[in-house]
Amino acid sequence: MTLLDAADLAFGYPGREIGRDLSVHLAAGEALALLGPNGGGKTTLLKTLLGLLPALAGTIRVEGRPLADLTARERARAMAYVPQAGASAFAFTARAVVLMGRTSRTGLLSAPSRADHAAAEAALARMGIAHLAERPVTRLSGGERQLVLVARALAQDPRIVVLDEPTASLDFGNQGRVMAEILRLRADGLGLIFTTHDPNQAARYADRALLLRGGSALAAGPVAAVLDAPTLGRLYGAPVEEVRDTGTGARAFLPQGNSR
Amino acid sequence: MSGIAHAAASAGARAIRLGGPWLALLALVLAAALAFGVGRYPVSLLDVARVLLGRLTGHAPDVAPAVEAVVLQIRGPRIAAAILIGAALSVAGTAFQGLFRNPLVSPDILGASSGAALGAVLGIWLSLGVLAIEGLAFAGGLLAVACVYGLGAALSGRDPVLVLVLAGVVIGSLLGAGVGLIKYLADPYNQLPAMTFWLLGSLSGTHPSDLVPLAGPVVLGTGLLLLLRWRLDVLSLPDEEARSLGLATGPLRITVVAAATLVTAASVAAAGIVGWVGLVVPHLARFLVGPGFGRLIPTAALLGAGTLLTIDTLARTVAPVEVPLGILTAVVGTPVFLWLLARAERDWS
Repeated sequence: MTLLDAADLAFGYPGREIGRDLSVHLAAGEALALLGPNGGGKTTLLKTLLGLLPALAGTIRVEGRPLADLTARERARAMAYVPQAGASAFAFTARAVVLMGRTSRTGLLSAPSRADHAAAEAALARMGIAHLAERPVTRLSGGERQLVLVARALAQDPRIVVLDEPTASLDFGNQGRVMAEILRLRADGLGLIFTTHDPNQAARYADRALLLRGGSALAAGPVAAVLDAPTLGRLYGAPVEEVRDTGTGARAFLPQGNSR
Repeated sequence: MSGIAHAAASAGARAIRLGGPWLALLALVLAAALAFGVGRYPVSLLDVARVLLGRLTGHAPDVAPAVEAVVLQIRGPRIAAAILIGAALSVAGTAFQGLFRNPLVSPDILGASSGAALGAVLGIWLSLGVLAIEGLAFAGGLLAVACVYGLGAALSGRDPVLVLVLAGVVIGSLLGAGVGLIKYLADPYNQLPAMTFWLLGSLSGTHPSDLVPLAGPVVLGTGLLLLLRWRLDVLSLPDEEARSLGLATGPLRITVVAAATLVTAASVAAAGIVGWVGLVVPHLARFLVGPGFGRLIPTAALLGAGTLLTIDTLARTVAPVEVPLGILTAVVGTPVFLWLLARAERDWS
């Protein structure tokens, strides 16, 4: 089932087009990686797909409905956004942050209902961080904060979760842990879109990848088909080496380096 | 570290958080009882209760007429004004700190006080009546914030909040220069003392008829902020994050700015410039109940009312002459703020 469909998309800021002629497609239960060098327009495209920036041209449909016709509240019920975990001005507890995910399901003047509290608890439990509920987010590690933000997205009860560099600020071990938790959401029919500048992230965690360079698609399709050393070399403008484990078939890409 | 100690500490913290609003209410009731009782003409609490009860039931109270006059005509209006203004400035300050994501923001950040000050000194300079002076102060405050907001919208780049705050600083200092000019031109024997007294803030001489123009805007603005308080948590997030959570941030932001400006301008028009309350009380309230605005806003209202009432009681009792409110709030506010700063250096919790 198609969750998100964008065709002939141009995006950017008024008077400054960043990308054009893009098509993005996301099905239920699928993870799509937006892959590319920094400054390639990944984050701007993400914000356009979320409806935070108006598209300069083209149409975006969410579950068949034009994105431009949806209110902020309707958008938030369909799509959740997990930003890069930044500093918080106030020491909200993890529970309070996750409860904020219920905004689009609560009246403008109402206190969160019992159902909202239950949804927040469920989201915390699902990400395995129920024990952090009472802790101020300002005292959590980067990985814990990222999981809190994913739990907040789950509390929104969306069909699509959009993540901006979900592992950018995490250490090696946490990268795997956080991505594993995120990918489990596919089993429930959620569609995932995440940005990354690391081809290994895309190869390991995504079903399909959109390779974005200078605002246009260099390639798009199943990761096994589109991710190879020559394509990545063109994407980053630098030689890339592919290594493959002949036993398991696992692949990895290495940036240019000293060959001894 | 022992998990048990940690659990006990957090259980204690939770108990304080739950009881916080009641603690603030208790403090307000005590402050009111004290304010009715003490002064140049001491009144027993029993007599205060008799007068207030008599007023409510419509029976003539069994007390001396002088006691009734002190309670109803002199202290009553002044206490009501202190409660209204203290609650209004604290709620406006709390909402602004969330809106601007900055705990050092006070309700006059967008120039409401400086605009009102210019309006008031202009009124005094032109030898207008009290009502006209208050009207000018009110109009000046609203006009200043409208200018700041218009300027912010016209220059709005990537960071609208920063542009707004900077516009507030610039307009505020321009208005301050205007106040300075009028003080320089004013008659040094009559007008200048009146201006100085007004700029330092005071509730002395609050008449029952003063309460109507104060209570209207204050109840409206504070009520609006109280109603919207559950959405302020999300409004304190970066704009795109808040919008992605389904909040129409633009209209909500304008509503909060308008409500906070309304109550600040009305307070300044009635009592002059009362600094510090709108900056310090939100921190005290956050210290009591945590940063969640749903519980923070009502707590700040109660705590602010009790705080300003206590300070005003001090203002009329510590010295043979009235001490200007602005001086006392600064003297009390500075050490409290420094104490909070030392406690919360890690994360403004």
